[in-house]
Amino acid sequence: MNANVRYALAAAGVALLVAVPWVPLPLPPFFSEPLRAPGTLNLLALCFVFGSLALSYDLIFGFAGLLSFGHALYFAAGVYTAAIALTRWHWTLPQALIFTLALSIVLPALVGAVCLRVRDIQFAMVTLAFAQAGSILIMQNPFGLTGGEEGLALGVNALPGFLVGVANTRNLYWIALGVLALTCAIGWWSVNSAPGRVWQAIRENERRVAVIGLNPYFYKLGAFVVSSFLASMAGTVYLLIEGSASPDVTTANFTLALLVMVVLGGVGTLWGAVLGGIVYEYLDFRLVVLANASQLQSLPSYLRIPLSEPLFILGVLFIVLVLFVPGGLAGAVRRLNAAIHVSSGSH
Amino acid sequence: MSTVALLLLTGLGLGGLYFLIASGLSLIWGLMRVLNFAHGALFTVAAYVAWQLTLPWQTGNAAVAWLAGLVIAIVAGGVCAFLLEVFLIRPLYARPIGQILVTVGVALAAVALIEGIFGSDPKQMIVPAWMSASTHVFGADIPNTRLLIASIALLVLAALLFFLRGTRYGLVVRAGVENRAMVEALGIDVDRAFTLVFVIGGMAAGLAGFLAGTYFGYIDPARGTSMLIFAFIVVVIGGLGSVTGSAIAAVVVAVVQQFLNFYAAPGIGDFSVVILLAAALLVRPRLTEAG
Amino acid sequence: MLEVRDLRVRIGQSQILHGLSFDVPSGGITGLLGRNGVGKSTTLRGILGLVTRSGEIGFAGAAIGTLRTYEIVRRGIAYVPEDRDVFSSLSVEENLQLAERPGNALRYDLVYELFPEMKARGKQRAGTLSGGQQQMLAISRALLNAGNRLLLVDEPTKGLSPLVVRDVVDALKRASEVVTILLVEQNLSVAHKLARDAIVLDQGRVGYVGTVDALMSDPALARHHLGLRPAGSGR
Repeated sequence: MNANVRYALAAAGVALLVAVPWVPLPLPPFFSEPLRAPGTLNLLALCFVFGSLALSYDLIFGFAGLLSFGHALYFAAGVYTAAIALTRWHWTLPQALIFTLALSIVLPALVGAVCLRVRDIQFAMVTLAFAQAGSILIMQNPFGLTGGEEGLALGVNALPGFLVGVANTRNLYWIALGVLALTCAIGWWSVNSAPGRVWQAIRENERRVAVIGLNPYFYKLGAFVVSSFLASMAGTVYLLIEGSASPDVTTANFTLALLVMVVLGGVGTLWGAVLGGIVYEYLDFRLVVLANASQLQSLPSYLRIPLSEPLFILGVLFIVLVLFVPGGLAGAVRRLNAAIHVSSGSH
Repeated sequence: MSTVALLLLTGLGLGGLYFLIASGLSLIWGLMRVLNFAHGALFTVAAYVAWQLTLPWQTGNAAVAWLAGLVIAIVAGGVCAFLLEVFLIRPLYARPIGQILVTVGVALAAVALIEGIFGSDPKQMIVPAWMSASTHVFGADIPNTRLLIASIALLVLAALLFFLRGTRYGLVVRAGVENRAMVEALGIDVDRAFTLVFVIGGMAAGLAGFLAGTYFGYIDPARGTSMLIFAFIVVVIGGLGSVTGSAIAAVVVAVVQQFLNFYAAPGIGDFSVVILLAAALLVRPRLTEAG
Repeated sequence: MLEVRDLRVRIGQSQILHGLSFDVPSGGITGLLGRNGVGKSTTLRGILGLVTRSGEIGFAGAAIGTLRTYEIVRRGIAYVPEDRDVFSSLSVEENLQLAERPGNALRYDLVYELFPEMKARGKQRAGTLSGGQQQMLAISRALLNAGNRLLLVDEPTKGLSPLVVRDVVDALKRASEVVTILLVEQNLSVAHKLARDAIVLDQGRVGYVGTVDALMSDPALARHHLGLRPAGSGR
């Protein structure tokens, strides 16, 4: 497919997505309400958030080859920093956003500087340790800031009017779409940049990179900070959509779910990760609804129970993918593409 | 003084739990280089299977029910570990990241399944009356469950050490932790040693799951995952593949946690041992230490 | 005893062995020689299945080219690797115990005769042995492991002092009375003392097959295959 056609298709796709809030089309069984309904828009917005988050994780895992078990920490930082600034300190939205932006660069710079002193499994474990520490810290509710187990709901006047209320769900939708687009742009730009190519070289063979005179440590740190920053951005959007900060986003389970998203979509392809994030969140949401549907209720319990637990289905899907389809959805598409080309003789 | 004794001895009980779940993890990680995230799932599944199967007896003869549950949990842990190793871990021998990922998938799926079947609310664990009582030691009243768990953990430690030092398979495991390619180059089928180690680890995890139910008085689906973090801490500090290392580290971590949680503030202990993990990882030149 | 046909080994992006074919006769010591980096160690590892290989390998009548490492070793091929690879955390005794194979004649008497130190230091941790002692342990281990069959020995004298080298050479000579040995060596005087026949590798292919005597006495051959300057060329 030549590049111009691809760009045209992408532009058309984006235009379509932007237009969704005006489309009264219902799409059962994908959505229980028409496309422009707030419920659907809410789900789509969440899917975009997870698409952004998955892409951010793919940057360090898929491209720089750094297996981090603590990526959720930065998403949570984006959620909680903005929540605290808006609700506890009563800052305005722009003030809160700038502060969160700054923190989402400083925090990963500091933590990454420490974690990246070790490699491979050790690195994975250190990142897990820091994420756990963050989780514990948030649950402790220090100075009453984080709300501990109950989380932190955004105060009534914390957000400007155009972001509040069911009728304004479309604005949140567009913001989520915009952030996804921005994340894709930053992601695409960084992997195609000179540092981005060094990331991929590091993933292949770190020693070789050191030998040609580049210091892998700074490049890895760069990847770490960029991806964490993008994760925090996604986190802030998540906060706007959900209207509250919950400690669920700090659990180890959440980071593991990230891993599932990226592997699902295909490690090392940006669009694959985005797809993985979108599909994961969609399934997580919809499977619960489907489980309560009457057809499912009539199934015997040994079928009904597993099928009504989204994480069970996702976990099994993940296992199947790892065993049989290592390239994820993107890999499957690529193979399909190659198969089509071979059979049509255009080789 | 009596508070110190209380904290120390309950710390030993908690340390026993940590040791049970960490020892298997340490051997699996040390010998097979597999980071088994599913270890927490083995813990949880075994506990629930034991609880469910002994449910009818729990109101009758609590001691029999408890003992039966203990045995069932060990067996369930071993069986699940066997299935996991043979069908999911072994096929991915050439892909170490794949092996880790598959254990992540199992961890997520198993816990979700347990939640679906039993719900996320805790299930009470009935223990024999004498276990709920306390014994007066060093001026403090120590719950008998803590003392029992510490004793069981000590027994398991002795059994594991005997296995490692006194049997041929144990010799194979010790050598394999150091250099498994050379073990295979001596004509030894390392795969069988892998499966054996995985099963032993699973049995210990199952035992830990059941005993954790005894310790806390209830079982719930999330306990395994939270215990797993502490198990990782213990394994890293104690050294990969080292059973004695796990034992010492388990006690140190549990006691530090107890003391800090009490004297500083609840949760500070948990926080500190996690920071201890980060420190250990950053300071250790190599993660592996055999012996 | 060992027939290798068209052995090819690829490691990463590089083709190391380009189709080796050679025979190792039963009895005595055959040398596998060649300059640095031609693939001698890789050949041994290929025979044992420690690297991915293609080609046919026949051992004592059976085809072992597709078997797994432990299955190959069980048929009677033992390995003394270049880095010795003794288990440092285990005692000398335990290292030897690991090598015992049920059904092989336990050669402890031969091993303790060749290397009395192994008996004396039985309880010592292998990691605390000197380089020479570790080499003795590695050879003892292989003797226990191989039964009456074949030993693959990779540069046993590397990094050892001359006195220790002499002991190792004597031991290998004695051992060759009961097992066949395929010896990789870069030290040509050692190779000359021990091996009668030689297979010389050149860039992943067989370059020369013949006796070591013939090779050493022909300066042109020696220079071509082994990179030796003729004696007295003033280097």
